[in-house]
Amino acid sequence: MSGSLVQHALLLSVALFTLGALGVFMRRNVITIFMCIELMLNAVNLAFVAFSRSLGTFDGQVLVFFVMTVAAAEAAVGLAIVIALHRHRDTLDIDSFNLLKW
Amino acid sequence: MIESVLFYTFAALALVSAVVVIAQKSPFYSAFGLIVVLCSLSGIFAVLGSPFIAVIQLVVYAGAIMVLFLFVLMLLNVQRETDDVGGSAPLRLAAAALASAFAAQVAAVIARARIVSGPEQYEASTRKVAELLFSPAFLYVFEATSILILAALVGAIVLAKRDL
Repeated sequence: MSGSLVQHALLLSVALFTLGALGVFMRRNVITIFMCIELMLNAVNLAFVAFSRSLGTFDGQVLVFFVMTVAAAEAAVGLAIVIALHRHRDTLDIDSFNLLKW
Repeated sequence: MIESVLFYTFAALALVSAVVVIAQKSPFYSAFGLIVVLCSLSGIFAVLGSPFIAVIQLVVYAGAIMVLFLFVLMLLNVQRETDDVGGSAPLRLAAAALASAFAAQVAAVIARARIVSGPEQYEASTRKVAELLFSPAFLYVFEATSILILAALVGAIVLAKRDL
């Protein structure tokens, strides 16, 4: 395995993270924004695995495990919030939720 | 050689699907794009010598979490929105410019850094990951995540209840 493969994995991670962040800023559907956050989490996971491969340790793998656990918990709670929002406002447009804005 | 071919195939697939995720109007197509991204990343993890992570990526992410997403999408009967891009045109342009600047900056750092390739033989097998996970370094964190999962479970049920 060449060092450039790890390097390219890191570049791919940057690209995926940027696309996810761009999606969070540009999309209006709450669930799509949520999926973009998952995309960013996965880009970070890829960086963890690439660095773990580069350093020859297993700490990155364990951290990916924890990130996945948190992502699962986040998805469960977040989608419950989305269902509650949809029940109250009957829409998923992010611009119509401004209760905490002033 | 075969590793490189697999890696670049999965990487191209992941990039194209990520663009599909953020470019599609329908959330369903976004969800399917995200599933392809997750499966490609699972392949990349396998190429990078992490079979355990590759498998739980498929089972937990592409399996459980994305099914949850699709389930909610179908439950709420989400319609394809006509005007689904937020903000004004200059704001969108600014967001794209800032995102490109961020990507270029981090990519420049990575391109200039000397990333070592690591040991020749590297395989983060389930046994090795588990030995580290259940060592004193991570054991208490691991136990704490079980409380986190429990809290998320209770929280999700309470939030989705009809009379909040």
